[in-house]
Amino acid sequence: MSRHLIEIKSVTHSYVTQTGTLPVLQGLDISVAEGGFAAVIGPSGCGKSTLTRLIAGLMKPNSGEVWLHGEIVTSPRSSVGMAFQNPVLLEWRSILKNVLLPIEIVPKKMTRSEAEDRARHLLSLVGLAGFEDKRPSELSGGMRQRASLCRALIHQPEVLILDEPFGALDAFTREDLWQIMHRLREEEPFTGVLITHDLRESIFLADEVFVLSGRPAHTQYRLKVPLSKPRQIEQLYRPDVIEILATLRHQIEIAQGRATGRSESMVT
Amino acid sequence: MIIQKIAIPCIAIIIFLSFWETLVWVNGWPKYKMAAPSDLWPAFWEFRDLFFYMGWDTLWRTIVGLLLAVIFGVALGMIMGFSRIMRDALYPLLVGFNAIPKATVVPIVALMFVGAHDFNTVLIAFMISFFPIAVSVSIGLSTLEPEYRDILRSLGASRMIIFWKIALPKTLPEFFGALKVSVTLAFIGTNLMEIVSPHGRGLGALFDSGKTNSDYPLMFAVLIALGFLGIFLYYIVVVSEKIFAGWAERES
Ligand SMILES: Nc1ncnc2c1ncn2[C@@H]1O[C@H](COP(=O)(O)OP(=O)(O)OP(=O)(O)O)[C@@H](O)[C@H]1O
Ligand SMILES: [Mg+2]
Repeated sequence: MSRHLIEIKSVTHSYVTQTGTLPVLQGLDISVAEGGFAAVIGPSGCGKSTLTRLIAGLMKPNSGEVWLHGEIVTSPRSSVGMAFQNPVLLEWRSILKNVLLPIEIVPKKMTRSEAEDRARHLLSLVGLAGFEDKRPSELSGGMRQRASLCRALIHQPEVLILDEPFGALDAFTREDLWQIMHRLREEEPFTGVLITHDLRESIFLADEVFVLSGRPAHTQYRLKVPLSKPRQIEQLYRPDVIEILATLRHQIEIAQGRATGRSESMVT
Repeated sequence: MIIQKIAIPCIAIIIFLSFWETLVWVNGWPKYKMAAPSDLWPAFWEFRDLFFYMGWDTLWRTIVGLLLAVIFGVALGMIMGFSRIMRDALYPLLVGFNAIPKATVVPIVALMFVGAHDFNTVLIAFMISFFPIAVSVSIGLSTLEPEYRDILRSLGASRMIIFWKIALPKTLPEFFGALKVSVTLAFIGTNLMEIVSPHGRGLGALFDSGKTNSDYPLMFAVLIALGFLGIFLYYIVVVSEKIFAGWAERES
């Protein structure tokens, strides 16, 4: 089988606060194959953003290991691209210059003009051709989010980490961006981790879905998505897919402690 | 558009001056009570050499004091913005220092550095004006959303790069807001020193000599000249804000 590009092995992490230590992750295991796309869902506050910060090397876990491309992650690395719920574009830069920001930081893989061509290409892929010289304040929320996706990808990262990037968008814009994500995946060879609250989104975008338990979180359930590619929104209305959604919904309720039941894991 | 921007303030000033003139004329106030705008020009013209000479003294000492305030205020703001401990340690000191009326500090400074008039004046202008800058920079830096830091930190960027690329530009609008306050404060500081501890230099000294000679139109003329210098300094800040932080302006 294909090797795993991202491997999270029994990671445990807690925060030290004024009121004591707060255990957030407890023996978490997640693995994503090279070129694969994993979605992580779980109750609010269970530690999903914490997980992204661990993968990005912004923090070190208390115990356990985060492996990226056969190496243990101990510090940030330029082979990672990130996008958040808040697009965090810099107001004083044009859209093009915003997208080019990572190029100014990471060791040069390409010349400035190559990078600019690449930025323009990415922007046209997400439907922002013609907006290169606009300021972020002149764009709608969905357009800003698309620009922040381009910024996350400009330096050709091996790993793309998305922390609820579509969470603040309306349903139609969101579905639009799902399609764009698939278009980007066809063109760019990244391995993705997507944090989301939207069950349909997780199924539509990912190859495998991980359900985290309530805090402290471990992997409660994992599911390989049985949808063929290219994916169509219509697939989400198939009876078997609706059944999968119901299963995930049930798992989330277990994670929230509202339902009881066996939390069986599918063997991979 | 540009004509409108210049014409409207000019018309406002003319209306204000004629209102002032009428007020004095209707009430029949003598010069020692309230000079009219028409008295000011002769007073200014009589001492025009002194006005330029003294005005220059006031101007350059204000600007030097302000520049020092910017350098020191930004440095202090950076220290307090990046380190919680330093913020907790320095804030009460800073607030206490700022609360001391500077008029009480002037004689002390004048005694400490007897004869060093330029230095004293610049020092007071500096002391009175660095506080808003330090506070605004520290608040701007400490309230930087973590995501802004993370987009660069996740690429392995150093603190210095994050400061230059994100924290500093993002703080510029607040910085210029503070600078607008500081420029007026520095100006007040300079004049405070020139009036309270007279040494024959600056517009403050000219004001003082008007007082000793009971030359009331001269005193009013100095006030107007100070107003003009203040407007001049203020608009220098406004223009540099347009250049460096124009992006923060929202069209409405
Ligand atoms: N820097 C921090 N210091 C202390 N506690 C923190 C810190 N960051 C997060 N926490 C706590 O850790 C827990 C997990 O936070 P995290 O942001 O990872 O949750 P999440 O799953 O991303 O939540 P959401 O779905 O609402 O985004 C929360 O209870 C939060 O209060
Ligand atoms: Mg989160």
